[in-house]
Amino acid sequence: MTITNQLKTLILLLVLLLAPGTSSFADTSEPKLDQAVELLKGKKFPQKYQAIELLAESASPQSQNILKALLERRLFKLKKTKQLVIAEKQGKTYLIQQAISLEELGEVKKRALKKISVNNKMRSLIRSALASFDLKNPDREKRLAAVKQILDKADLDKATIIRPMLPLEQDEEIIEAMSIIIALSDLSSDDLQLRNDAVTLLSGNIHPSVRNALNQLQQQTDDKALAQSIKQALDSIDAKLQFYAVIENLFFGLSLGSVLVLAAIGLAITFGVMGVINMAHGELIMIGAYTTYVIQLLMPESIGTATLIAIPTAFVVSGLVGIAIERGVIRFLYGRSLETLLATFGISLILQQTVRSIFSPLNRSVETPSWMSGAWEINSALSLTLNRLYIIVFCLLVFAALFFVLKKTALGLQVRAVSQNRAMARAMGVRSEWVDAMTFGLGSGVAGIAGVALSQLTNVGPNLGQSYIIDSFMVVVFGGVGNLWGTLVSGMSLGVANKFLEPWSGAVLAKILVLVFIILFIQKRPKGLFPQKGRAAEG
Amino acid sequence: MSISKQKLKQLVLGTATGLALSITSIAQASDTIKVGILHSLSGTMAISETTLKDTMLMLIKEQNANGGLLGKQLEPVVVDPASNWPLFAEKARELLSKHKVSAIFGNWTSVSRKSVLPVVEELNGLLFYPVQYEGEESSKNVFYTGAAPNQQAIPAVDYLMNEIGVKRWVLAGTDYVYPRTTNKILEAYLKGKGVADKDIMINYTPFGHSDWQSIVSDIKKFGSTGVKTAVVSTINGDANVPFYKELGNQGISAEDIPVVAFSVGEEELSGIDTKPLVGHLAAWNYFMSVDSEANEEFITAWKSFIKDDKRVTNDPMEAHYIGFNMWVKAVEKAGTTDPEAVQEAIIGVSVPNLTGGLSAMMPNHHVTKPVLIGEIQEDGQFEVVWETSGLVAGDAWSDFLPGSKDIISDWRAPLACGNYNIKTSKCSGQNYE
Repeated sequence: MTITNQLKTLILLLVLLLAPGTSSFADTSEPKLDQAVELLKGKKFPQKYQAIELLAESASPQSQNILKALLERRLFKLKKTKQLVIAEKQGKTYLIQQAISLEELGEVKKRALKKISVNNKMRSLIRSALASFDLKNPDREKRLAAVKQILDKADLDKATIIRPMLPLEQDEEIIEAMSIIIALSDLSSDDLQLRNDAVTLLSGNIHPSVRNALNQLQQQTDDKALAQSIKQALDSIDAKLQFYAVIENLFFGLSLGSVLVLAAIGLAITFGVMGVINMAHGELIMIGAYTTYVIQLLMPESIGTATLIAIPTAFVVSGLVGIAIERGVIRFLYGRSLETLLATFGISLILQQTVRSIFSPLNRSVETPSWMSGAWEINSALSLTLNRLYIIVFCLLVFAALFFVLKKTALGLQVRAVSQNRAMARAMGVRSEWVDAMTFGLGSGVAGIAGVALSQLTNVGPNLGQSYIIDSFMVVVFGGVGNLWGTLVSGMSLGVANKFLEPWSGAVLAKILVLVFIILFIQKRPKGLFPQKGRAAEG
Repeated sequence: MSISKQKLKQLVLGTATGLALSITSIAQASDTIKVGILHSLSGTMAISETTLKDTMLMLIKEQNANGGLLGKQLEPVVVDPASNWPLFAEKARELLSKHKVSAIFGNWTSVSRKSVLPVVEELNGLLFYPVQYEGEESSKNVFYTGAAPNQQAIPAVDYLMNEIGVKRWVLAGTDYVYPRTTNKILEAYLKGKGVADKDIMINYTPFGHSDWQSIVSDIKKFGSTGVKTAVVSTINGDANVPFYKELGNQGISAEDIPVVAFSVGEEELSGIDTKPLVGHLAAWNYFMSVDSEANEEFITAWKSFIKDDKRVTNDPMEAHYIGFNMWVKAVEKAGTTDPEAVQEAIIGVSVPNLTGGLSAMMPNHHVTKPVLIGEIQEDGQFEVVWETSGLVAGDAWSDFLPGSKDIISDWRAPLACGNYNIKTSKCSGQNYE
């Protein structure tokens, strides 16, 4: 605590020391600001680039403010007076301020304003300009972000600003990034010793900017000793990168696998336990995804909570639809698998067209909660995307819950009893029809939950289900019909196999190879990975 | 006897009325000009094509309100080929031989157009095709109002190369004919500009691909060599959402590696959360955000026709707007809806497009259009960041493919050939393989 406090005061002092300097600087650079403001009003992008450079040079708080507003798309031009203003949306109108003086100008309608357009190059220029402002920011996070931005863009001109700041910096992470930037700029120095030291420091650092700089130097240098040490440094970098690439691939595989397991696990119950070939399984997933959409629509302010609420709701909605299908159609067709297949295929078409009629054939946009977007950055070569990470965890939770229901509850016991020997179960007083409906409802409900997860990854549209039905059957059959563990293991292994094949063969061929493998496997072991044993197998 | 006489009278009277009725109905039938609309209203392509059916209905309604065509009312005949390629051919045949339509407006995918092609050629119909496509085709009976590769892909690559300074290229596409041909053209074009093999990465994925993790990670690695990299995407419709989501999640912003897409328009974006997409690019001949009077009128008309204030307009809709108006003008010029006469009259016809200029039908049955590059904004609209200085004429046969660069298409009288080799002076069949 005390150290951070000391640090804060130190930085505050620094800022105070710098402040008079900047303000006097700002006075002299007023014309620069005005000129930049004039240029920003124009339509041509090259002029705007120039304006940003002018603003960056002027380095005054006003210009920082304008740059920020420009990046956040809050900078407008008043159509009538051609004044540059910063606007804040207030309900239906905009509160506007003069861009330089920040003088309040009152409220205007949207029509009175014209947004100053920004393109990618401008955004990148602004970010780099703001980074040099933020280097002196007392907030640690902002400083770190600024230094990282400079490192990512390999903006080595900034090294001259950073060099005097390094001894004053206290935060280890920032110091590390700063010294890498300085070492990178030292690589092009004339001093041989300095260059050698830089190479030693950079050895084993996996940041892409480092690798590129070393690569470049290796091609340019005539010095054999230096070339040798660069080669060593690059080799150690490549070894590390290869290691992380394998871990990344494994993660990709597990995440694809968890999606497959989620999509298939409901089917593992309806098809695996009950033996119903349910072609409408994909549409039950789709209903779950649409439930997420509707709930997000009802709660537009809190997307995160809406997504969480969607999980039980989707379970109930898809479950009820499932029970309706079972009671309405499937129960008349038990034991006639071909008819069941055709009937459920028909149901799947009906469900698709119903959704098309209610929600239109267009895809619906389901938002991702902020805590699910982005990535967990372990280092610059390995970052795990958060939505995938959550879905792996979610998949395991669903699996555990389902396993618990089937093995430890009364319903689970009855389900297993009915599926193993219906007549005996009935003789023992189990209401087999009720159990059938509940089992089918459970499987369908789980499909709905899978839909919530898939809505975070892919399109929510009427065709969502179709793209998963084949994969689902593949996973269940490969894993062994009637075995939950089989579904988990087969889903995960198919996912990993697919991802390890993909870089080598391409996505199209990888999918084909996996299918061919499964066909051959089923020829050899028709009952899948984990065949049921004993009396259950005959039932 | 008397009874039978009465009966006879009744019979005669009945026949007479019946005849009179049928004559009036024939007269009524010839009072309308039938226009066929061949767009999928169910199945996978319904997502894109339903909008185009509605666009056509609106254009026909407007034309009727303005007095119709040749003093007759237009009558739309809507059929649903249900995203089923062979069914497209059947439905086209139904439109031409059963309903006797004067022109067909329809199709989206290239494969559906290829399936309709022999039918419209055999029955000598007219087909207006409104979607950007891979080129390498020119039929006497088809008018291509969407963009050819030189009206979309090539200018987009030029923009990236000259304005953004891109040196490394990822050509990513869905695995079917349009991306494969477009990427072949682009690869040849890039190599002609001196781009080395190692700086081009080509990747194909299956339809509806949803797991983009490895590919995006590969693109990230490919683009982290310190040289400016861009992705040229011919990824089809549905697969785009997970692709862009994955880009956002893996932290690739448009400033690092911009993606320029040829199949992502306003309609596709309306189904996506666009925040992580800001700054990515698309190349089209029309954007809803274009500031022109014609466009403003069109948008207002569309919103009131469809009775939804949130509906967007897009490039293929503009193509139908251009195509329909060209057909109307050609019919007026020819004074008849006879396909032969219209085919002759329509070449050289120019009509206003929605970006504030005029588009003309070229002798190769393609049209002239401006090319616009837009950046995706947070509200799902595009902001134009670059446009060609003038109109670009659609080129049926790419100048950058070795097999097709000597081939031209000119449907005017002396040549009247869609596939004419200027080296051998021979006119071969329709399709070049």
